[in-house]
Parts: sequence; C-alpha cells; structure tokens
Amino acid sequence: MPEQLLHCRGVDVRIGQVDVARGLDLDIQAGQCWCLLGRNGSGKTTLLHTLAGLRAPAAGHIKLGGTPLQQLTRTHIARRLGLLFQDNKDPFPASVLETVLQGRHPYLHNWQWESATDHDIANRILDRLGLRRFAQRNVQTLSGGERQRVAIATLLTQQTDLLFLDEPTNHLDLHHQLDILDLLRDECRDQHKAVFMVLHDINLAARYADHVLLLLGDGETRAGTAQEILQTALLEQLYGHRLIELETPAGTAWLPR
Amino acid sequence: MSKMHQARTLPLLLVLGAATLLGGWFSLTTGPVHLSIVDAIQQPASLQGQVFWELRWPRTASAFVTGALLGVAGAMMQVLLRNPLADPYILGVSGGASVGALVAILAGAGALLLQSFAFGGALFSTLLVFSLAHGKGNWDTTRLLLTGVVLAAGWGAIISLLLALSPGVQVQGMLFWLMGDLSAARTPLPGSLVLAGVGVSALLLAPSLNLLAGGELRAAALGVETGRLRTTIYVLASLATATAVTQAGNIGFVGLIAPHLLRLAGARDHRALIPGVVLLGGTLLLVADGLSRLLVAPRQLPVGVLTALLGVPLFLLLLYRSQRSPHA
Repeated sequence: MPEQLLHCRGVDVRIGQVDVARGLDLDIQAGQCWCLLGRNGSGKTTLLHTLAGLRAPAAGHIKLGGTPLQQLTRTHIARRLGLLFQDNKDPFPASVLETVLQGRHPYLHNWQWESATDHDIANRILDRLGLRRFAQRNVQTLSGGERQRVAIATLLTQQTDLLFLDEPTNHLDLHHQLDILDLLRDECRDQHKAVFMVLHDINLAARYADHVLLLLGDGETRAGTAQEILQTALLEQLYGHRLIELETPAGTAWLPR
Repeated sequence: MSKMHQARTLPLLLVLGAATLLGGWFSLTTGPVHLSIVDAIQQPASLQGQVFWELRWPRTASAFVTGALLGVAGAMMQVLLRNPLADPYILGVSGGASVGALVAILAGAGALLLQSFAFGGALFSTLLVFSLAHGKGNWDTTRLLLTGVVLAAGWGAIISLLLALSPGVQVQGMLFWLMGDLSAARTPLPGSLVLAGVGVSALLLAPSLNLLAGGELRAAALGVETGRLRTTIYVLASLATATAVTQAGNIGFVGLIAPHLLRLAGARDHRALIPGVVLLGGTLLLVADGLSRLLVAPRQLPVGVLTALLGVPLFLLLLYRSQRSPHA
C-alpha cells in the first residue's frame, strides 16, 4: 500500500459565513498528482492554506504523515509539506540564490549558515530550472515569470514529500508551464512525492493530474480520480459555462462553446 | 546567505569593528581638555584621569550603546513592518518618551527622575500601540503601522503643547532633549545590558528575520512561528528604542540609515546585518557625538542634528551608486 501523506476527515473550511468545504474527506498518497479546480473566490487558496496548517479548519481533523497537524510545530510541517504562494512580494533586496536557499530553513539551527550540501541542493535545482545564470541577480529585478520560477525553485529546495502549489503556472509562458508541470509530475512518479495544486486550465489539469478535487461552491466538494471527475457535465456545472469536448491526439480537451 | 555572502561577512564585520575602535578613540580624545588615553587610564586620580573616567568614557560608551540599540531596533522594525523605510520611532515610542521627559523637565526633576519618566513614557506608548493594534486578537502590519503613526502624531501634538506652555528657561533644555543629546550621559551600564540582551536575541532570530522579511505566510510555510516571532520582535525593538531614547533623547536617522547602508553594502542576510548594525549604528553615533563637541567648540551641538547631517549625504551617495547594477 502506498504511503499516506495527508489524511483529512470531515474537514469544514469557512471564510466568515461562507462555506468553502463541508465534511471534506481526502487522502493524498505518495506518487499522486492532485489538481484543485474551482471558480474565482471559491476558496481554493483558503483550502490549500488550511490543509497546509496555516489556518485552522472550522471542524474535522487533518493528519500529516499520521500525526494530527495541530500537534506538529511549524518546522516539522515545513520539513514534510512545502507551499508555493500565488504572489511573491520582495520588500527587501536579496539574490536569487539567497532566496532559493531559504528553502533549507526548516533544516537549519539558529544562526547556522547553510552547509555545502544545502548549496549543492540549491544549485542543482537552479540548474534544473535554468536559473543558474540568475543566481546573483536581485529578485526585485526579475520578471514575473522568472520570479515565479525562483519561487518554485525555493519550494523544491525545501525537499518535502508534499508539494502544495497555488497556481504554479502564474506568469509562465507555455514552454515554462509545461516544463514546470513535467517536472512536478516526474517528482511524483520517480521521487514518490505528492503534488496538490490549484490550476485554472482544465486541459492542463487533464494532462497532468491523476486526481482532482472540485470546489463547487456552498461547501460542496467532489474528489476522485481524474477520469471520474473530469466529465463535461461536472465541469460545466463547476464553471457555469457550456463546454465542448474534443478528442485530440494529445488527449481529451475542452473548449468553451 | 550564499557561501560568498558568508565569506564576505567576516571581513565586513572586521572593517566595522576597526571603524568602531577608531570612532571610540576619536570620541574619547575629543573635547575641551586634551587627553592621552594611556595616561588617563594609568593615573585615574589625575585631572586627565577624572575627565576620562567621569566624562569621556561614560559619554563615549553611551554614544556607542545608543547608536547600536537604534540600529538593531531599526533593522527589526523594518522587518516587522516589511518596510525598508521604517525607523525605530515609527510606532511612537519616542513620542511617549519625549512627553515623559518634558513633563519631568517642566516639574524641575533631576536626571534620574527624567530618565525614569522618559522610559515610563516609552513603555506606556509601546503597550498602548500594541493593545490598540491587537484589538480582537488580529493584528496585521498595516493596522500596527497606522496605530503607531496616529499615536505618534498625538504625542507630537502634546509635545508642541508642552513646549508652548513652558517658561522660556526650560524650553532650551527641552529642545536639546528633543533633538538628542548625550551630554547628560553618566552610566552606560543599563543600556549595555539591554543591548546585550536584545543583540543576542536578534542574532538567534536572524534566520527567521530573513524569512519574515519576505512576508508572513511565506515565513510560516518555511517553518517560522510567525505570531510568536512578531510579538518578540515588537517587544525587543521597543525595549531597545525606549532604552536609547531614555539615554540620549531623540536621535534620528541612525536607526533608519545603519541597516540601509549595510544592505546596500551587501549585508542583507540578518546573520550579517544584525552584528553589522550594532557596530555601524554605534560607530555612526560615536563619530557624530565627537563632531558635535568639536565643530563649534567650546559649544556643543545636539548630536541628533549631526547624525542627520552626516547620514543624509552618505545615504544618498550609496543609493546613487547602488542603482547602477541589477546584481544583488
């Protein structure tokens, strides 16, 4: 049986009086690639932050690697679960390498400097993402897409089993969208990690996700394999828009009618 | 944080340490009585020795400690508010201290009572801002900043009122206090203890400060207990500022400029920035205080005026130079 990384039972998530999810049951196992779909303002980010332990659920329990989330310190959570945020603000100057090395923070002691191993990890990931030549650039001077790749590099440097990503394709061109999503899928398949990401593109979701969670509004959720969930009727209900389903050489695709 | 960065930290700190020693020597030997440090230490009973031990040394040490406290407080306030323009006084700590001090001067109190009043005012202001910003348990940066700035404006009004209502004899002393003045410094001991405590704590928090600078959620996702860290920074920075203000009145610019200069010089990692800012903040004030006794001798200038006069061109120069390259 594959390793269970995240386990939720009966989780309620609320923003004020609005229900994001009611009684959510979810099991994320090593090797799985999950995609979270929902309309704007349906609470995708809030749900992601709740599952990552950044805010408390209104009800239910969440276990990370078998331990209830509220019993873990932030450092312990950060060693198992990494989170990519929707936006990256940099009020202070810092080099790309410095920013990426922040991913090693959960493993450092007070006032300890990063070791040679930490640098190797960071440099390898900078290489993989084609960012090595930016290593000494100030992050404040990067373009949106470059900054997004630096944030993803920081997440990978954290070396967690669970990767939560809030719109990882933000600011990225088509080539880099596919490159990043390929990389994430490889992490799942080859490194037995699990990915849980918010996407807005159904076709990218269909191409990469093996599991899908829908936030349908009013707390209603639907979780399952991509085959079960990515049905035209459900997707039409989700976005409130008629869709046309196409069989293409690259797989099933949906276009708005 | 890069290896390069780590390797650059030690030379930077050594240079700053040397600057501190030079600044200390300058401050100790500057004044109406010409003084040889070696003679003064060897013969404490001589006139030189008395001037050294009773006037120069406490003043020099107080200058360093005050500058260092302001530097650390500034660096922490900037992280807390995620704003490189924040200075230690931004949340109204100095306003509270000033009102306390002016009331003490108005009442004709002695130095000790004046310091107690100033420190009490600073702590009162700190608590007031914290509890008002805290509200129903949810405090964010904007709310803290707004509360602090509004309260600082309120203190400003009370200060003006006190100045307007005070007899002319006392206004001179009040103005000197408000502009920052080290001539009354007698013992650097309490300040040194606070500096040691705050400095060591800030050093231990340095990696977390690096992360918090990039935003609270990002820091939390990387393992920082942000709620606790925020409260700790607030308390430490306020304590440092209150101590500095109590020792020397309002000395502007050191807390803003010292962290900035270091960032521009490449020390952006707080593991380098915190020790750096202690040395640089202290040195800036040592030099400014020495000059304040030298420039229009035998009269003295308020040192706060000089910190600004020295700091502004220095800062603009570095800012201008740093624009040229996109490299961090």
